[in-house]
Amino acid sequence: MMKRALMHGVRTCRVAFRALARNKMRSFLTALGIIIGVGAVIAMVSIGEGAKRGIESRFASMGANLLVVRPGSQNARGVHGGWGSMTTLKEDDALAIGQECPAVRYISPSVSARAQTIYGNKNWNTSISGTGDRYPDVRNWEVEAGAYFDENMVKAGAKVCVLGSDVKTNLFEDEDPVGKVIRIKKIPFKILGVLKKRGESAGFGSRDDMIAIPYTTAMRRLQGIDYIQSIDVQAVSSDMMSQAQAQIEELLRLRHRIAPGAEDDFNVGNLAEIAETAAESTKMMTVLLGSIASISLLVGGIGIMNIMLVSVTERIREIGLRMAVGARERDILLQFLTEAIVLSLMGGLIGIGFGIGASKLVKKIPMFASFNTVVSIQSVLMAFFFAAAIGIFFGFYPARKASRLDPIEALRYE
Amino acid sequence: MSGNIIELRNLAKTYYIGETHVDALRGVSYTIEKGDFLAVMGSSGSGKSTLMNILGCLDKPTSGEYFLDGEEVSTFDKNKLASIRNKKIGFVFQSFNLLARTTALENTELPLLYSSTNGKDMTERALASLAAVGLKDRAHHKTNQLSGGEQQRVAIARALLNNPSLILADEPTGNLDSKTSSDIMNIFKTLNEEKGITMIMVTHEPDIAAWARKRIYLKDGLIIREERT
Repeated sequence: MMKRALMHGVRTCRVAFRALARNKMRSFLTALGIIIGVGAVIAMVSIGEGAKRGIESRFASMGANLLVVRPGSQNARGVHGGWGSMTTLKEDDALAIGQECPAVRYISPSVSARAQTIYGNKNWNTSISGTGDRYPDVRNWEVEAGAYFDENMVKAGAKVCVLGSDVKTNLFEDEDPVGKVIRIKKIPFKILGVLKKRGESAGFGSRDDMIAIPYTTAMRRLQGIDYIQSIDVQAVSSDMMSQAQAQIEELLRLRHRIAPGAEDDFNVGNLAEIAETAAESTKMMTVLLGSIASISLLVGGIGIMNIMLVSVTERIREIGLRMAVGARERDILLQFLTEAIVLSLMGGLIGIGFGIGASKLVKKIPMFASFNTVVSIQSVLMAFFFAAAIGIFFGFYPARKASRLDPIEALRYE
Repeated sequence: MSGNIIELRNLAKTYYIGETHVDALRGVSYTIEKGDFLAVMGSSGSGKSTLMNILGCLDKPTSGEYFLDGEEVSTFDKNKLASIRNKKIGFVFQSFNLLARTTALENTELPLLYSSTNGKDMTERALASLAAVGLKDRAHHKTNQLSGGEQQRVAIARALLNNPSLILADEPTGNLDSKTSSDIMNIFKTLNEEKGITMIMVTHEPDIAAWARKRIYLKDGLIIREERT
C-alpha cells in the first residue's frame, strides 16, 4: 500500500515535471515571483538578524554584568535637573559598594570631562575619563600596550594616564607613547599604556577618543570636585545582577539616610535590561522587514495562480483526453496542484540561494559595512515552507477548476 | 468466446437548455456482439455523438440501461466510469488529441498513468503497442515531427495500451487523405480480426463505413436502419 502510494506520487511528479518542461520559459518566469519573494524574505531577515547580533555584541563589549550607579536628579524648588545632576554620590559610597555588597565583584568610580591635551607640537581635545583601577575588567576593555594604573596610583592620585587608540594615533602617530609625558590642562601626565581599539559606538562617535586617568586625580587636580559622577559596578555573575542591584540600593539608602518611602537620590541602571530592550526592538524590525518581503512572496503566489489558470484554459483538450483515458477528478486535481507546488518549491530552492547570496552581497556595500548579516536556518525553513504553502493555496483553485471540467466538452473545446 | 459486449435497452438522453429540452436519443435498443465491427452513421443532430459519448462512458443516459460486459454501467459513479474507460475502452478521435511537444512513446504511455500497473514495464508495453501500429522506430519522435497518419497511429497505439475489449473511433479518418485513411482502416481491420477487439466507429463517409461488417443509421435519436455485409 505504501509502495503503491509512493509510486503514484513519483509518477504524478514526473507528469508535472514533463508538463512544466514543455513550457520552460513560462515556468521560469512563474517561478521568478517566488524566487524573488523567498530571496527577499531571507535577505531581509538576515539583515535584521545581523543588526540584532550586532547590538547584542556591542552591549556585551560594553562590559559583562555591568550596573551603572548614578546620582539622582536635583530638585531645587520644583526644577528637576535630570539624572546625574546631584552631587550626593561620593567616593566612599563607591568603596563601600565594593566592600559590602557580596554580589559585586569590582567597582570603578567615574568622573569625566573634556580637556585639551598637548604632546610636543600637537594638541588634541578629548574626553578625560577618571576611572578606578578595575576599569578594564568592568568595561571588558583590554590594554594593548603597557599597563593600566594600579590601586596604589589611584589612592595616591598619581599623574598617570592610559590612552585610547584614537588619541594615540592623533598625538603620536607611529611613535610608541608608553613612558612619554603628555600635558592635560597643562598638568604633565605619564603615559602607562594604550587601550585596544573598540570602534564606533552606536551613535555616540568613537569610543577610542579618550584618555583614562585615576578618578582621584580627575576629581582633585583637574576638576576640583568632591563627588563622583557615576560608579560602574560589575556583578559576580549574570544571575546575580538583580541581587547586586538590590544590595547596592539598600546600602546607598542606608548611607544617604533616606527615610523609608522617600525617593532614592540615586539610580542603578542595568545594562542587561537596556540590551534586552534594544534586542527586542531590533526583533520587531526583523519582523517588519520580513513582513514587507512576504508581500512579494504573496504577489509571486498570485502570479502562480494566474499562470496556472491560463495553463488550465490552454490545456482543456489535454485534460479532456486525460479524463477519456481514465484520469479521475482526483488525478487531474493532483496533477495541476503538483505542478503549482513543484513550481513554487523550485522557486523556493533557487530563492534560498538567491537570498543567501544577496545577504552576503549586502556586507560588501559600504553603507552596510558595519552590518553583519546572519542567515538563520529558521528563516530559510520558514521561507521554504511558506513557498510550498503558497503553491498549495494558489494552485488549488486552478487545479479544482481543471478537475471539474466535463470530459465531453473538454474534448470538443477549440 | 462469443457473447454480447454491449446491450442497450431503451436508451434515452435528454438535454435541458434553459426552458427547452432536446431529445438526443429517444429509446435506442441494440446489441453488439464481441468482435463486431460496427459503423454508426447519420447526419449531424441525429444523436450519434450522444450515443458514442454514452457508449464511451463519458456521459450517462437519462433513462434506459447500458450493459457493458454484463455490467450495468449507467449506474456507476464518475470514478468507476473513469476506471472502466481506462481498462476496457480505447478512444480514437478525429483530431488525434496527442499532447504537443511530447514523444510518441510518452503519448502512448498516457493511459498507464491512471491504471494501477507497475511503472517498470510501462515503456515496454508502450513500445509493444507502437510496434502493433508499425511505429516502433518513431517512438522518440515528438508529435510535431510526425505526419497526420502517423499521429493517428500513435493515438491508436495509445488506445491499445491497456488491451481494451472495445475501441471507439470518432471520425478517425476525418482529417486524413484517402491513402492514409485506408492505412488506418487496415489497422482497425487487423486489430478487429486478429485480436478480436470490438470496433465501433462514427463516420459519415460511406466508403469508410464500408470497412465495417455492420452499419447502423441514426435519425432523430433513433436507429432507423441496420445493414450487414
